[in-house]
Amino acid sequence: MNLPACLLLSSALFALGVYGLLTRRNLIAVLMSLELMVNAALINFTAFARFGGGDATAGAVFPLFVMAVTAGEMALALGIVMALQRWRSRIDVDELNRLHG
Amino acid sequence: MDNLSLYGISGPTRLWAYAVLGLPLLSFLLNGLWLGRKHSGASGWVATGLMGLSFAAAIALALGWRSEVLERPSLFPQAAALAFEHVWMPFPGPALAAKFSFYLDPISVMMILIVTGISFLVHLYSIGTMREDRGRGRFFALLSFFTFTMLGLVSAHNIVQTFFFWELVGAASYLLIGFWYEKPAAVAAGKKAFVITRLADAFFLAGLLLVGLHAQSFDISNLNAASTADALNHSVVVGGISFNLLFAACLCLFAGAWGKSAMFPLHVWLPDAMEGPTPVSALIHSATMVVAGVYLTARFFPLFSACESMLRVVEATGLITALFAAVVACAQTDLKRILAFSTLSQLGTMMFALGLGSGEAGALGYSASMFHVFTHAFFKCLLFLSAGVIIHAVHGQDLKDMGGLRGRLPWTYALTLIACLAIAGVWPFAGFFSKDEILLATLVNGRPFAFTAALLTGGITAFYMFRYFFLVFHGSRKDDSQSDDVHGESAIMVIPMVVLAIPSVLAGLAKGVFLSTVRPFPALAEAEPGVSSGFGWVPFAALGMAAFGIAASYVLYVRKRTAPGESPSSPVWHRIVARKFYLDEAWMFLARRVAIGGVSRPLAWAEKKIVNGLFDLTTFFIRAISVLLSWAQNGRLQFYSGLSLVGLCLLYLLERGSP
Repeated sequence: MNLPACLLLSSALFALGVYGLLTRRNLIAVLMSLELMVNAALINFTAFARFGGGDATAGAVFPLFVMAVTAGEMALALGIVMALQRWRSRIDVDELNRLHG
Repeated sequence: MDNLSLYGISGPTRLWAYAVLGLPLLSFLLNGLWLGRKHSGASGWVATGLMGLSFAAAIALALGWRSEVLERPSLFPQAAALAFEHVWMPFPGPALAAKFSFYLDPISVMMILIVTGISFLVHLYSIGTMREDRGRGRFFALLSFFTFTMLGLVSAHNIVQTFFFWELVGAASYLLIGFWYEKPAAVAAGKKAFVITRLADAFFLAGLLLVGLHAQSFDISNLNAASTADALNHSVVVGGISFNLLFAACLCLFAGAWGKSAMFPLHVWLPDAMEGPTPVSALIHSATMVVAGVYLTARFFPLFSACESMLRVVEATGLITALFAAVVACAQTDLKRILAFSTLSQLGTMMFALGLGSGEAGALGYSASMFHVFTHAFFKCLLFLSAGVIIHAVHGQDLKDMGGLRGRLPWTYALTLIACLAIAGVWPFAGFFSKDEILLATLVNGRPFAFTAALLTGGITAFYMFRYFFLVFHGSRKDDSQSDDVHGESAIMVIPMVVLAIPSVLAGLAKGVFLSTVRPFPALAEAEPGVSSGFGWVPFAALGMAAFGIAASYVLYVRKRTAPGESPSSPVWHRIVARKFYLDEAWMFLARRVAIGGVSRPLAWAEKKIVNGLFDLTTFFIRAISVLLSWAQNGRLQFYSGLSLVGLCLLYLLERGSP
């Protein structure tokens, strides 16, 4: 493993996430794509910490923080999804445009 | 600039001046604000009473002026004094100020007496005619206001005050001509009078500013000073056209008089003004409104006489109006329109007498003109008041429906006869003396053409006035169905007419007083009475013309019983004259096609399409941008995130592009 390989992996993951974010209609799939993009960024953190010669501890601890925050965020997002499911019984993002300007 | 200081009149007489102006205003306020609505029955009496007091104050004022000013040798030739003067609006400039003043000189005293006296009688008469009108409170309020504005106009010593009251007279006449506002014709006539006089007043305003700024004063005695004429008398070039500034300024001032006195071709509003109540016509034609133009011209006679070509304009305008109106009057069938055209003709006579010449001989024309204003006021007012009785009695004002009213309206018959004799200029009635004086003035000034035209006008005047008289009172009755009508002559209407008949007969006695006191400027030497010697035949010529006119109408309308009005057999010239030479149509063409169609419409189009179009274009752009932006705000999550990604990429590229 070296730095370019790690960066390639994270770019691929990020691109997948973007693709999913823009194309999936299901709100849960959109959230999953979002999670992929976050994780791609986290791989960058650890890879630069491991091979970039920076502070290795910070590079390892920061992703843990982000994962904790993302987990909270996801819990909130899934709660909203559940509420939407109860209210409209559908979670297609194209139909969720009631707040548009 | 020499600032002429005028003699200020003393205390008690000054009070009379305030009363003369204040009482009609009080009547206006009382009737307009309080009596008119709640107690309209009393409004006529209150207004008449106040006008009577105002007339009494005017007499007291005139007597005070006579003893204090006229008989003081040092003041004699001009006999001018100020009763009061308050600065109203000071303008930047050493002596430039609008003032509110009360000027007493022979013509203003004469006008004050005429206006208050005639107005008092017309108020009294109106109690009778307006008895059944719902709006009588408003009527008396406006009638008093009309009098007030005219008094303010004639007593002005400051031209800004003149202009102010000049406009108020126009506004008051507009309100009174259109008094019966339910009648479309009355409303249209009021508008016509207002618009035409307003058109002329724009020139008046320009003229007064031009003269006032050159004289550095708005006081009339300064404007009339020789130094003002000198300051103005030079050529200026505007837009490649060179003209004399004095002539232009005088012409502008005279244009105001032109419209107000309804001189040809701006006369078209006056016959239409007959749509108002008859007392209003009587007031407009005798004392207020139309003589204001003649008065203004007389006021500026010293200035005008410094410019020979200006006098020619005044003379030509007056002559054309006098002859034209006299001819048109011969073919009219509406009672009041005949009188309207006769007023026009008489106004023209007064006007051209003012333009006969300058110097001593011109002063004779000036005196004669003012004398004619004086005598004309009485008999013209009498004619209108009697016409009001006739209209009241037969419920119509078309000559074709009249005839044989002699037995039914005996007082009116006699009084109309007096007025007709007076206006025709038959000895010893008032009109004879004033017309004779004007004829004499034309000869003294060496203007034979004016003399001929005036003589001819006199003959035609006699003809159409007696045509009117014979057709109304002689012949067979045509309204048998209404023979048991209740409207006869009521005392309240006849009394003012009888009172007016007295000066219509006797006003000629005042000739000597007029010739010696009513003068435009101090006499160079003692006026020689011998100036008119050698013209002893003139009165006989005038009388002969009058007799010829009366005889012609007697033969035509009593002996031959010619019917008035058009018939299929009447010749073409009769129709042209009856239609007033199609001048109303010409004006309508000018107003509709040229002013509205040619100027107003294209301007309105330009305003709508070009000026507004520019504004519309900007709003169009803003709206287009907002449509574009609101399309982006579609509430679609993935569209938003895609856009933010694109934005991110753009930011990145931007970052890379810049060093």
